[in-house]
Amino acid sequence: MTYDESTLAQLEADADAIIARYPVKRSALLPMLHLVQSVDGYVSPDGIQFCADQVNLTAAEVSAVATFYTQYKRRPNGEYQVGVCTNTLCAVMGGDRIWDELSEHVGVGHNETTEDGTITLERLECNAACDYAPVMMVNWEFFDNQTPQSAKQVVDDLRAGKDVAPTRGPAKVCGFKEVSRVLAGFEDGRGDEDQGVGAPTLAGLEAAKRQGWTEGSK
Amino acid sequence: MTDLTPVLSATWGSPKSWSIDTYTKAGGYGPLKKALAMEPGALIQAVKDSGLRGRGGAGFPTGMKWGFLPPDDGGPRYLVINADESEPGTCKDIPTLLSAPHTLIEGVIITSFAIGCNHAFIYLRGEVVHVYRRLMQAVREAYEAGHLGKNIHGSGFDLDITFHAGAGAYICGEETALLDSLEGRRGQPRLKPPFPAVAGLYARPTVVNNVESVASVPAIVDRGVEWFTGMGTERSKGMGFFSLSGHVTRPGQYEAPLGITLRELLDLAGGIRAGHELKFWTPGGSSTPIFTQDHLDTPLDYESVGAAGSMLGTRALQLFDDSTCVVRAVTRWTEFYKHESCGKCTPCREGTYWLTQILKRIEGGKGTQADIQQLLDTCDSIAGRSFCALGDGATSSIISSVKLFREEYEAHVEQGGCPFDRSASALFEYSETPATEEAHA
Amino acid sequence: MTATADKSAAQAVETVTLTIDGTEVTVPKGTLIIRAAEQVGIEIPRFCDHPALKPAGACRQCLVDVASPGPDGNLRAFPKPQASCTMTVTPGMVVNTQHTSEEADRAQKGVMELLLINHPLDCPVCDKGGECPLQNQAMSHGRPESRFVDVKRVFEKPLALSSEILLDRERCVLCQRCTRYSKEIAGDAFIDLQNRGAMQQIGTFDEDVLDFDGYRPVGAAAEDEAGRAFSSYYSGNTVQICPVGALTSAAYRFRSRPFDLVSSPAISEHDSSGSAIRIDHRRGAILRRLAEHDPVVNEDWITDKDRFAFAWQNLGDRLTRPLVRKDGELVETSWPEALAAAAAGIRAATAAPDEDEEAPGAGVLVGGRVTLEDAYAFQKFARVVLGTNDVDARARSASDEEQAFLGSQVAGTGLGVTFGELEKAPAVVLVGFEAEDEGGVVFLRLRKSLGRQKIVTVAPYLTRGAQKLDATLVATVPGREASALADLPADVRETLAQPGAVIVLGERAAEAPGTFTSALDLASSTGARLAWIPRRAGERGAVEAGALPGLLPGGRAVSLKPARAAVAKAWGVEALPSAPGRDTAGILAAAAEGRIGALVVGGVSASDLSGDVSAALDAAGFVVSLEVRRSHIAEAADVVLPVAPPSEKPGTFVNWEGRLRSFVTAIRTDAMSDHRVLDLLAREWGVELGTGTVEAVNAELASLGAAGKGERPAAPKAKAPRPSRAVKGTAVLATWHQLVDEGALQEGEPYLAGTGRVAVARLSRATADALGVAGEATISTAAGSIDLPVVITDMADGVVWVPVKSPGSWVARDLRVTAGATVSVKGAA
Repeated sequence: MTYDESTLAQLEADADAIIARYPVKRSALLPMLHLVQSVDGYVSPDGIQFCADQVNLTAAEVSAVATFYTQYKRRPNGEYQVGVCTNTLCAVMGGDRIWDELSEHVGVGHNETTEDGTITLERLECNAACDYAPVMMVNWEFFDNQTPQSAKQVVDDLRAGKDVAPTRGPAKVCGFKEVSRVLAGFEDGRGDEDQGVGAPTLAGLEAAKRQGWTEGSK
Repeated sequence: MTDLTPVLSATWGSPKSWSIDTYTKAGGYGPLKKALAMEPGALIQAVKDSGLRGRGGAGFPTGMKWGFLPPDDGGPRYLVINADESEPGTCKDIPTLLSAPHTLIEGVIITSFAIGCNHAFIYLRGEVVHVYRRLMQAVREAYEAGHLGKNIHGSGFDLDITFHAGAGAYICGEETALLDSLEGRRGQPRLKPPFPAVAGLYARPTVVNNVESVASVPAIVDRGVEWFTGMGTERSKGMGFFSLSGHVTRPGQYEAPLGITLRELLDLAGGIRAGHELKFWTPGGSSTPIFTQDHLDTPLDYESVGAAGSMLGTRALQLFDDSTCVVRAVTRWTEFYKHESCGKCTPCREGTYWLTQILKRIEGGKGTQADIQQLLDTCDSIAGRSFCALGDGATSSIISSVKLFREEYEAHVEQGGCPFDRSASALFEYSETPATEEAHA
Repeated sequence: MTATADKSAAQAVETVTLTIDGTEVTVPKGTLIIRAAEQVGIEIPRFCDHPALKPAGACRQCLVDVASPGPDGNLRAFPKPQASCTMTVTPGMVVNTQHTSEEADRAQKGVMELLLINHPLDCPVCDKGGECPLQNQAMSHGRPESRFVDVKRVFEKPLALSSEILLDRERCVLCQRCTRYSKEIAGDAFIDLQNRGAMQQIGTFDEDVLDFDGYRPVGAAAEDEAGRAFSSYYSGNTVQICPVGALTSAAYRFRSRPFDLVSSPAISEHDSSGSAIRIDHRRGAILRRLAEHDPVVNEDWITDKDRFAFAWQNLGDRLTRPLVRKDGELVETSWPEALAAAAAGIRAATAAPDEDEEAPGAGVLVGGRVTLEDAYAFQKFARVVLGTNDVDARARSASDEEQAFLGSQVAGTGLGVTFGELEKAPAVVLVGFEAEDEGGVVFLRLRKSLGRQKIVTVAPYLTRGAQKLDATLVATVPGREASALADLPADVRETLAQPGAVIVLGERAAEAPGTFTSALDLASSTGARLAWIPRRAGERGAVEAGALPGLLPGGRAVSLKPARAAVAKAWGVEALPSAPGRDTAGILAAAAEGRIGALVVGGVSASDLSGDVSAALDAAGFVVSLEVRRSHIAEAADVVLPVAPPSEKPGTFVNWEGRLRSFVTAIRTDAMSDHRVLDLLAREWGVELGTGTVEAVNAELASLGAAGKGERPAAPKAKAPRPSRAVKGTAVLATWHQLVDEGALQEGEPYLAGTGRVAVARLSRATADALGVAGEATISTAAGSIDLPVVITDMADGVVWVPVKSPGSWVARDLRVTAGATVSVKGAA
């Protein structure tokens, strides 16, 4: 294992905190793999071994889990995971075109990372924002109602080191490691940050109001 | 015209709608106090009487599910919230949790109290990080407000909530796969029986409920069974989200009584994209057989949709207008099922692998007439044979689309390619170039 | 006794009656449909189903139509076919399989087609071809031609999961028998499902295969100290249960076709379990060995040693003709000449040099691997022909206390604790016994009861095997086992008081004085039963046969006159030698001192003995060796008489339960059994030994029976030693055999050797610090030293553990001591 002492100590403390959330140790494995990504930027072999040690499994049992889920990356990930939804609805609404143009623009394909390490592109499956199609996710923040131009702009800004705000979500998209730490179950204090509610989320409410519904009416 | 009935979504327009203050000011956590004063059995009965059915897709009566738990044996029993919303087209739980996570938290506390659970889990799909932030924050706020922890509001009832992020696997929406995933395993469905009610999480009695189901509980407690049964149809009671997406003027979340029709919903949503007509749609996500214009007046309740040959599912209404190639749509869904097949059973794993290749061949103009029959034959080897419902779901759009649009499949074969202009169905303007035609493949 | 148990159980069993394909069948409640169908001879095709594994329902090949009565009593059909391997029967259920239901037949054909779309058409070169369930079912249920015209899934082939186990992923149908077996049965989860969906595959954590960026990790939870993957002692079972040719063994790969092989039943010679095996051979050569299903002994499983270690008997050093030393060289000769030379040599070497000097005696050393019949012949030869009790089949540490225990408690007691009883025991205390390393399939039986059985191990540390049994450690310094047993915590004593509890004593109990005595005390005070589980296959048989210096056949004590008289009468001799015999170490020492002039040695590896074998062989006037191969001892002998390995002769191993495990000749050769050779040799003295055939020996053993009243030795009464004061720079040696090591019967099998655990020295942190050891340690005695990498282990302080005979760690040969000895330990330079 190649973690230095302080990294290992922090990992162990975090792992303990994760394990403490569950009645049975093994349940900590998924968040712990997110935790490994928050340190290594991917699920490293070291991280596999670390997890195996923490929850008394073999490395094969841990990699069995790590290779089942698509969010766990096996190679150092870009600072920003940029996913274009190409499931049917988004694809038809323009996701396919966004993917084509973005992939050509960035110069990498599915699950590939730019040489500068900033962007990893991915063709996403449905991300539960169909009413905002076509959707793009950057480090698992929502970029709704995208066009090829808007998507390319986001990626250009990210590569230029600018802060980029999602359409729904926090004030800015955080780095892959930071986000991975959140997914490991550690709050980052950005919960109250907001870009406003999107129109589709309120579409029914607005329609109801047009029908005469008022808040508090039963 | 059916009136919309915003209940869970009522506060979504409020400033800082996700905070406990906003939620409490709007009456939130009032139902909790009411519930804590009730007998747990009475709560279960109320939910049974309300006719609330699981909002995660299967539509199983929620109160009955709770009632399946064996008598208390002194050991732990668990409530697990399925927030792994992943079914293509389904997009209701995510905005609920983003805008009003406390609706769920309060529902979890009441439900836990009703079923005698002292440790609940919320399994959120991992690909929605801001939702997870809001969820974690809400749980923390609830602890701080004394709604969680030991001896909640002096009731003697203890409850802890553990939030848990998944990591990218559609199959974890299947409740036993979710339990395996929550136990730190590959999310592969478990053999049933034993059912989760008997041996679920950590082999203990467990209720697995969808976000919307449990979030509906406080309102039922608050406003009563009759209020709830006053909405909906004979056997599909209450309100629910109808998530409109695709070629519709105002896509979004429409909370309405079950039994509303797509025609009514389209009226409220400004209709199909201007200049186009509805071609096909899914009533309950991509795993449900597709409908056409013929079904505009089908009441969207479990029974009517079922009778019309599909399933209400998650009320994920993906609408496609006449610019859309049905073969393209179905191919992409099938690729999704192939991607998400867990690999456990032969029919789903191998069948989706095969179907994808046939469909891509047909879509690319390299198919044969025999391929269309092969699609149906292969679907026949999957549907009803697979370990869990994912395999069945993978065949729904294929079987239904071949039935409804066979000539479109044949056109691909005859013309040696797709007769549709892709750019026509996009929501932005672009001109198709030959190079990008192939690029996605 | 098991028969009665089964009978009483049968009376209590609730049954269910149902109809399968029109035939009514009654089976115990809880039976799976697929098993119930088997009862009436209806074979439902299946891949993932295996009776010894939990139901999976993964392959879906066994789909059948099912209807069962509803609450109103009317039959209601399930809307879709059900997996018969996961559904249990219910009263009145009506099942229609592929034979009577078109729907079931269509479902099965559909699944078969899907299983085949990605399956390569490489049956002609596949090891499984000809005995492949997939191939067979494809022939009976599949389409003649594939409708799949698209791109098949391809993988690089084969992947070496270990040096022995190879995986051809494209052949795999992902039934998960192997991974389920590894987790459920062996407890070695070194392989698991990797990836997802269509790319799902079986595998270890292999970065290259799974496309991970990085390097191979090594850590506490890594597969073994070498970070080696799939190092399981039971990995070969995965090959046997694989329903396709996905898992193959390196040893057998591309070696044969099943239809070219002759199969013979046999009993494994590798441990005291007496596992049933099948030997597959072709033109006199063994190609492979498989587990035979034996519900009372090894069930469906064998160890990798049982399966793969068979090359030893056909290596280049196999003896086929007798050898006689002429002018210092061993030369081939005829049997008559060799037998005459052997007899003449023994006579000359045991003759008194002068009339007034005492004649040196003869001694007989027998390895612990010979059959019951051979052991019987050796001891009879010693006592009748050579007139001595200097005969011992314990080619290992041995003690008089052990002999008293074996004579009073084990020999001639028939079937004692059984595998089944061990499995059902509520509590088991292990003493001087590492179930995984020294018990073979005993470990699997214990593991079968995981969670239902309390296991306590009296040992220096909690081995990985013990951890897999969820055992509780009573940390014990080697040699102090007796005190550890006497001082067992009250809760352990309580668990032992439960009916059916068992105390297991291994061969190493003989290394710790007082252990047998202490164990007997514990058994009598708690009511627990005792089981002696030696390591080698022939140990129990040798005890029964009386191939111990103080024991005659059937547990009779040499020291007791009535016992000697009974045996003498049966043998038709006037009297038996009454002088107490020497044990192995004593015989070697006496030979080295010139007090024993002739040695007859059979089946002994010199490197297993800590005594000075070379000195004994050099000093002895004449050495006769009965051997399969040109061993170290054979090389030093004056006459070498070739004998048959177990596969080339009939015989009996008595397993640790006391169960007779008889086997017949698997491969017919000219080679003779030891007992036959000894019978011939005895004729040189004009003695009819009566051991010419297995039947003759067994008839004689039967007529002798077990020791009668007043013929048995007394139970041992030995004292536990006082702890010796620790000397600076030293530690107490703990050591035992790893199951896969450099034992003589594992030679010639590099693929198996590759799965062995890497030799390490284990020390506690405190001990290592006190000794100033880190990294690598040198363990030494006056006789020599061993250098090994150190693994800090949570274990008894003041102890160093090393394996007995693993690569780089040959304790008996290099240190000349056994467990409990004080050795010096220092950091290696």
